[in-house]
Amino acid sequence: MSYISLSDQDKREMLARIGVSSLDDLFGCVPGEIRLKKELCLPPPLSEPELLGHFENIGRKNKESVHLSFLGAGAYRHYIPYIVDNLSSRGEYLSPYTPYQPEVSQGTLQVIFEFQTLICQLTGMEIANASMYEGASAAAEAVLMAWRLKGRPRILVAGSLHPQYRDVVRTYVKNLAIQIEELGTDDKGRVDLETLKQKIDGETSAVVCQSPNFLGVIENLDLLTGVAHEHGALVIFVVAEAASLGLLQSPGAAGADIVAGEAQSFGLPLSFGGPYLGFMACRKEFVRQFPGRIAGQTKDLEGKRGFVLTLSTREQFIRREKATSNICTNQAWCALRATIFLETLGSEGVRELAYQNIQKARYALDSLTEIRAVRRKFSGPAFNEFVLEFEGGYKKVEDHLLSKGIIGGLGLEPHYPGLKDCALFCVTEVHGKADIDRLASLVAEVKR
Amino acid sequence: MSREPLIFELSAATKKGFALPKLDVPEKTEALQGLAVRAGIPGFPQVSEVEVVRHFTRLSQANFCIDTSFYPLGSCTMKYNPKINEKVAAIPDFLGSHPYAPPELVQGNLEVLKTLEECLVEITGMDAFTLQPSAGAQGELVGMMLIRACLKERGDPRKIVLIPDSAHGTNPSSAHICGYRVREVKSNDRGTIDLDALARDMTEEVAALMVTNPNTLGVFESDILRIGEIVHAKGGLVYMDGANMNALVGKFRPGDMGVDIIHLNLHKTFSTPHGGGGPGSGPVGVKKQLEPLLPIPVVEKGKAGYSLDFSRPRSIGRVRSFYGSFLVELKALAYILTLGAAGLKEVAEIAVLNSNYIRKSLEGVYHLKYASPTLHECVFSDKFQKERGILNIDIAKRLIDYGLHPPTMSFPLIVPGALMIEPTETESRRDLDQFIGAMKAIAREAVETPELLKSAPHVSPVRRLDETAAARNPVLRWEEPKG
Repeated sequence: MSYISLSDQDKREMLARIGVSSLDDLFGCVPGEIRLKKELCLPPPLSEPELLGHFENIGRKNKESVHLSFLGAGAYRHYIPYIVDNLSSRGEYLSPYTPYQPEVSQGTLQVIFEFQTLICQLTGMEIANASMYEGASAAAEAVLMAWRLKGRPRILVAGSLHPQYRDVVRTYVKNLAIQIEELGTDDKGRVDLETLKQKIDGETSAVVCQSPNFLGVIENLDLLTGVAHEHGALVIFVVAEAASLGLLQSPGAAGADIVAGEAQSFGLPLSFGGPYLGFMACRKEFVRQFPGRIAGQTKDLEGKRGFVLTLSTREQFIRREKATSNICTNQAWCALRATIFLETLGSEGVRELAYQNIQKARYALDSLTEIRAVRRKFSGPAFNEFVLEFEGGYKKVEDHLLSKGIIGGLGLEPHYPGLKDCALFCVTEVHGKADIDRLASLVAEVKR
Repeated sequence: MSREPLIFELSAATKKGFALPKLDVPEKTEALQGLAVRAGIPGFPQVSEVEVVRHFTRLSQANFCIDTSFYPLGSCTMKYNPKINEKVAAIPDFLGSHPYAPPELVQGNLEVLKTLEECLVEITGMDAFTLQPSAGAQGELVGMMLIRACLKERGDPRKIVLIPDSAHGTNPSSAHICGYRVREVKSNDRGTIDLDALARDMTEEVAALMVTNPNTLGVFESDILRIGEIVHAKGGLVYMDGANMNALVGKFRPGDMGVDIIHLNLHKTFSTPHGGGGPGSGPVGVKKQLEPLLPIPVVEKGKAGYSLDFSRPRSIGRVRSFYGSFLVELKALAYILTLGAAGLKEVAEIAVLNSNYIRKSLEGVYHLKYASPTLHECVFSDKFQKERGILNIDIAKRLIDYGLHPPTMSFPLIVPGALMIEPTETESRRDLDQFIGAMKAIAREAVETPELLKSAPHVSPVRRLDETAAARNPVLRWEEPKG
């Protein structure tokens, strides 16, 4: 099958109009020595029913869907209202390009403008961009932005920032004059304030921390901001579980300078890690150093409201190497899904979603820590995740759960060698009481 | 047509668009203890489901898209996005898959990734691929990081990256973020890299040349082998921006052209939907010597099945969370498996046929700065029309009145007033002829009724928008009206 719309007669007539005799003649400008002498070695083409069958078969090799899962750690299972799938699958949203021609892209542009507004409202920040690739690179772009704004070489990064986000930040700054230093965690699972106070100085551009952090603990943002600002450093708050913003104090209210994160929780399926939806928001005064696409409001010839991509003098297609970032698209379609999700849930819905996550996680935490030899590792307040320590190791528990059709929490040893017998569990609104009870009873069965 | 309100303007307390199931666990007030909880979210909307559905359906109708219109946006490869690939990417076994699930439970996902890597290796003639970069620009950045790491291992990362003056703006920007200075290489009068200039500029301070082939004029760099020799002789690497792979696929392989590193745009050559500006996917292919440097993790195929390899000491590290835009990669693989080798070759041939048909039909009507033969796209300019004060943007906006999407205008910078046209292979003769007819009619209008172009578009959902005012006084979000 191919997706060509020319008949053989069309081809002949078009070649004649061009004045060549064969399709190959059109490639006369390519030297003969680099022409492929044989056909590519690829599997034979599949018809539509064969293709679908082929991928359904491959899909069946995934054995995950028969399991009840308590994995989170930066990728969250939340219910997605059906209208998100239904509306976002329209060809008018899937098949246009970046809205370079605003007069015929008002749909995409208004959606971005609404998305930016929703992100500002949720984060409590003044401006937001049209979205970023995903959370980890958004965090890295935030670090680069802070460095451009402050010009100081040091960045302090919380050890409780998602390990993958920390890795990506390190990759991004490797070739620049930036040093990354990590901040330890106190016994509550929060950034250790004493270490922060010791390490921060006039050479520090920014302090980066995540809340709820990777250990499931909600940080005291006010305290962190206070220390950072005393030294003239910026505060970058990373939000990997955006559903928390529906109920928790906004980063903006705690004095954040830049907020970067992952909004997969707003209407994007887990999809084995992508595509996801990075977001970024900041104070208005930083707008000229803000990376990424931004939509703005304007008027047309008749004075009516319309939307355009704006402030493009920050961007690579005008500024080339002087641009604030090399990013030249956003995740428009993912941002569309998040916008539909958020507008459907509304302010009461996002609050209720966050509230149910807190309550369900609490119920699970209480049920699990009643079990002998299971204890909570960190005592700080939780959102929908928590770290448990298993006397005698987590592996036995993990294997037992798997044998009963449950994927337990994420074993933390590979990510934090110090957290040897620990695992990070995530409980959201999709878990019923019966699911949680089953998890707890199976964990209790494991012999120590 | 009346303008669609912002959702915030439809909002009112107590309206509801969705209800969660009732909480089925006992509520504990201590769960909120010690938490800073917000009172509410000022301005956040509350609307009904039907209002949401009508809002997004009406907004969608204000968009031009491939499914309704010819979209000859040069360099963007706006080809038809096959519908079946959406269904493939919606198979629940893929959609519901958690990225931290144990590898033995996601063998299907890993097979998809490995198979796509193998297909891209075969299609490009490179030795290995990473699928992680989230878009073409991130692919470029990864490519630059690989170059830097490779040269650093050899003892000196060097200082400069050479980039032709015809290049896309992301090239210099990506090199800059990787700590390189950019030196521009001048094009010759054929619109290609000037070999003498390259030989002069290619010193031992230069890490790499970034070359787009065919370049942004649609012209194939026919000296590509010689270019590679010049760069390699001085110890540099050749990076190819594969944005225009659509012109070569199935017929020529960058791996046979002296290219060391390439990125592809799955959302261009391999038909995955652009989605109004993402999600994309920008896999990076390398030659053997660079393979150990690829980002982690790498999918491995062993006797016991597929696994993810994280322990690669020479790797540049991680460039994003998890493993890439998995669903986009799934759609690209579905496309490759539907077309097969012969189908992919036909993609390049017909894309080049369609482009040359347009070029031939508009020659003389619009100015063509370079006479060199072109492949999948051609770049005209507004030079003839400019004498009467008509600019490329006026021509572009008038095309909208004809129901067609305008060409690209923002680059290449070496063609002032550019009109960069890329029809792709999926368009019918009728669509091509309609476009050609419209372009000819507009050229006549530029002489006879220029005011019609200056005030265009006339039939779009909005009239011409004031972009200058938007930038001068930025309004980047809705604000609750005061009082």
